[in-house]
Amino acid sequence: MSVFHRFANPNRFLKLTNQVLPWVSGLTVLSLAAGLYMSFFTSPPDYQQGESVRIMYIHVPSAWMAMFVYTSIAIASVCSLIWRHPLADLAAKASAPIGAGFTFLALATGSLWGKPMWGAWWVWDARLTSVLILFFLYLGHMALMHAFEEQERGNKAAAVLAIVGFVNIPIIKFSVDWWNTLHQPASVMRADGPSIDPSMLWPLLIMGVAFKLFYIVVLLIRIKSELIEAKLRKYRRAVVDKAH
Amino acid sequence: MKAFLNIVSRDLHLAFRQKSDLTMAVLFFILTAMLFPFGLGPEPNLLARIAPGIIWVTALLAVLLSLERLFLADYEDGSLEQLILSSTSLEVAVLAKVFAHWLTTGLPLILAAPLIALLFNMDSDAMTILLIAMILGTPSLSLIGAIAATLTLGARRGGVLIPLLVLPLYIPTLIFGVGAIDAAMNSLEAGAVIANARPHLLLLGAILLVSLLITPLAGAAALRQSVE
Amino acid sequence: MGSSLFQGEDLTCIRGGRTVFLGLNFNLAQGQALILEGPNGSGKSSLIRMLSGLVRPKLGKLVWQDQDATREPEIFQRHIHYIGHRNAIKPVLTVLENLAYWSGKKKDDPSLDDALDHFRMLPLKHTPANLLSSGQSRRLTLSRLLASERSVWLLDEPSVGLDVASVALLEDVIKTHRSKGGAIIFATHSPINVENPNKLNLQDYSPLYNKKLLAVENEEDSWI
Repeated sequence: MSVFHRFANPNRFLKLTNQVLPWVSGLTVLSLAAGLYMSFFTSPPDYQQGESVRIMYIHVPSAWMAMFVYTSIAIASVCSLIWRHPLADLAAKASAPIGAGFTFLALATGSLWGKPMWGAWWVWDARLTSVLILFFLYLGHMALMHAFEEQERGNKAAAVLAIVGFVNIPIIKFSVDWWNTLHQPASVMRADGPSIDPSMLWPLLIMGVAFKLFYIVVLLIRIKSELIEAKLRKYRRAVVDKAH
Repeated sequence: MKAFLNIVSRDLHLAFRQKSDLTMAVLFFILTAMLFPFGLGPEPNLLARIAPGIIWVTALLAVLLSLERLFLADYEDGSLEQLILSSTSLEVAVLAKVFAHWLTTGLPLILAAPLIALLFNMDSDAMTILLIAMILGTPSLSLIGAIAATLTLGARRGGVLIPLLVLPLYIPTLIFGVGAIDAAMNSLEAGAVIANARPHLLLLGAILLVSLLITPLAGAAALRQSVE
Repeated sequence: MGSSLFQGEDLTCIRGGRTVFLGLNFNLAQGQALILEGPNGSGKSSLIRMLSGLVRPKLGKLVWQDQDATREPEIFQRHIHYIGHRNAIKPVLTVLENLAYWSGKKKDDPSLDDALDHFRMLPLKHTPANLLSSGQSRRLTLSRLLASERSVWLLDEPSVGLDVASVALLEDVIKTHRSKGGAIIFATHSPINVENPNKLNLQDYSPLYNKKLLAVENEEDSWI
């Protein structure tokens, strides 16, 4: 515990964050600009789906991030419960709304894509249902985190929930293989290599990287603001204590 | 094992001394299910077709209603602290309390289910599968629900929070519970009933095994946190 | 004095983002009585809960009979009785059923009757606990101390709701326990007389009262 404190001191963390943040932000803007340009202009329309295939460049990275962020939260939760380091709690707390946002984006863009493809805004197939469950898991995680007078207890309870809810992640991943779903199976993350044409794969991958960088930027900013808030609380308390 | 039975018998004892608790869930189950014929009309074929879904959804809500009580009394009167300090392993204690909860909530629901199935005009094959599915599925409802019940101890608005945490996790049980009965009802030959329902029942069994594994660990961790 | 039973070194407790006490040491030997003193909010209950293993110390060490038990409170938990503010009594069960459950003994075990008798609860043996007065409930809770043998008693305001005669019963029981080599730590606002007690004033370890500690606390960077 004390060893951890020495290594991961909040001030040192803040300093490091301030150094890294401009670089990551710059990379995010660049990759996002490149990715968007490629997905809108250089990549070809699909021979079946036409222009609406471009929704993919937002939809697929969002869905990746929905699972990636949840997995990060689950890992942070394990760290929080075993080593009890506050940074793990902060990371989980800061990640949850971002992950919920990505999940919502995946569901919304999926719905927009589904309307022209399947003729319905929503179908109850395994992939969609399990992602919807993921969205509710995020909401439950956030609600539980803020449900207690004592923040520490909220953090730990949410950590247990995050770990329990992790069983959903493999279900989402493999739902398209295990069940006959309307949703198409994976075409990038496959054991035998991607089955999608490079002209579409490249913009998709760049968008994937851009989304990941975006997550890191927002995560760092959110952790930073939490730390600053904690400092404020402490100064306020010191004032009260002096008056005591 | 002795500690397990001790806790089960104590919780049953407590439940039988407070009979209203015992009947609440099952009464809710029957009354809510009875509302549907009024809302949808008494057409027998329609009722038979939607019966599996209605029975499962109402059973799920009945279990949900009973979850808050599962650990709350022990938490409030200090019994939970004593339980943690006692030599009984907390994981075993969680399992015992969940088992007692199932005996007083899940089991009565299973016993009442054939009654509702009759009112909804279900045939006997489907009813058999319904019972098997409920025997496999209701323990999972208690187990998964217990995690939410332990996590929300001491929370503001714990009662509102439990449905938010638990309902998403109940969806797989609901899907395969209804799926098993639907498969049975859709099979044309008499011999194919079990075979058609089998994959769904196996998945219900898998959910039960996974929750049997996760609940004691997560529940015990949450209980320890709740008194800290 | 007997040999060391239970020790705490450099214990620190943080609740709700603020330090309750810091750098606290104690040593409990066989036969000793340690009284925790300090005003409300100085952390007496928190310390007792920490010593019962319910709350983990943020920093510091708990040693049970020369064995480091900070990370495994199970080592000492089976040797302690913790009595907190709440009585852990089920109102629908009888006095005897309540006692039997927590002692892990059968209802016809004679030691249960003895325990109840000590606290003058034997006549109420078959009364449902919801009919008990608050003083009687407390006496039922205290009779748990006698129903099963544990070497260290941690009592948080044990005499709340007790009349003078019942406090005398408690003092009596404490005396017998110490003479048999047991030890006791308690916090109380109403006087409980015990022979040559050791005292620990939590004010000395609380940053709220000890301004020197406040400076230490503020220097340290915290995450929360």
